[in-house]
Amino acid sequence: MKARVHVMLKNGVLDPQGEAVRHALGAMGFDKVEGVRQGKVIDLQLAEGASEADVTAMCEKLLANTVIESYSIEMQG
Amino acid sequence: MKAAVIVFPGSNCDRDLAVAFERAGFDVAMVWHKDADLPEGVDIVGVPGGFSYGDYLRCGAIAAQSPIVRAVKAHTERGGYAMGICNGFQILTETGILPGALLRNAGLKYICKTVGLKVATSDSAFTEGYNAGDVIGIPIAHHDGNYFADDDTVAMLHDQDRVAFTYDQNPNGSVADIAGILSENRRVLGMMPHPERAADEGHGGTDGVALFRALAGVLTPA
Repeated sequence: MKARVHVMLKNGVLDPQGEAVRHALGAMGFDKVEGVRQGKVIDLQLAEGASEADVTAMCEKLLANTVIESYSIEMQG
Repeated sequence: MKAAVIVFPGSNCDRDLAVAFERAGFDVAMVWHKDADLPEGVDIVGVPGGFSYGDYLRCGAIAAQSPIVRAVKAHTERGGYAMGICNGFQILTETGILPGALLRNAGLKYICKTVGLKVATSDSAFTEGYNAGDVIGIPIAHHDGNYFADDDTVAMLHDQDRVAFTYDQNPNGSVADIAGILSENRRVLGMMPHPERAADEGHGGTDGVALFRALAGVLTPA
């Protein structure tokens, strides 16, 4: 059983790395990029019986800092 | 008068902080991150700079879950004094002992230089050796020192006079130029600049000494 967690900086929190990537893409001629946000993907290999609520608790306590980050969870088979 | 300095794998300012405490008259105990308890009778806990746990996941995130940090949290909840410098500040925000978070510097570069630091309040055990408005020279050395808190939190910090230090010239994009903040009871300080690196003539500056002396003055048994 697996879960995939996406962690992103919240809207309204400046993402300087995303901005740097946007500038680089612009400089390379990719002139249709209007914004870049960079985040993290965390894959969890879970034992049978683990629930989405367990993963939510992991996100709240460690995987994301909810002061600055939002997260989403995909449970996979 | 006793200070404890926490040592994590990856701490690199722990011994400098211990020396600064000792020079101010503290007995210093170095405490390993796996210990579950602080030594008896500790008056102040120093959470030093460095790269605890390699800054994995987020700066300070893993350290914030270590056994000793639970003891530090309990110490602060009892009204004990603590200060976190640089990575120590990141750890104190990750635990929720102090509000906000430290983001990547706005310019994306690691910055290591002495900056002008404005003392925003002299109303704390840490800053009473300065006058509000003083500008002191203290080194910074960080990649993730860009202080962020939402508008309500920043307004609260200002209303409660809890901003301890601001940057004279903001080097990293911190909201409201904030370089250091106090807890609600004013007994916990978190700051990105390194006062322990401006505590000896050999450092090229001694503007940090007044912080440690003021603390010693407050914590000296009457």
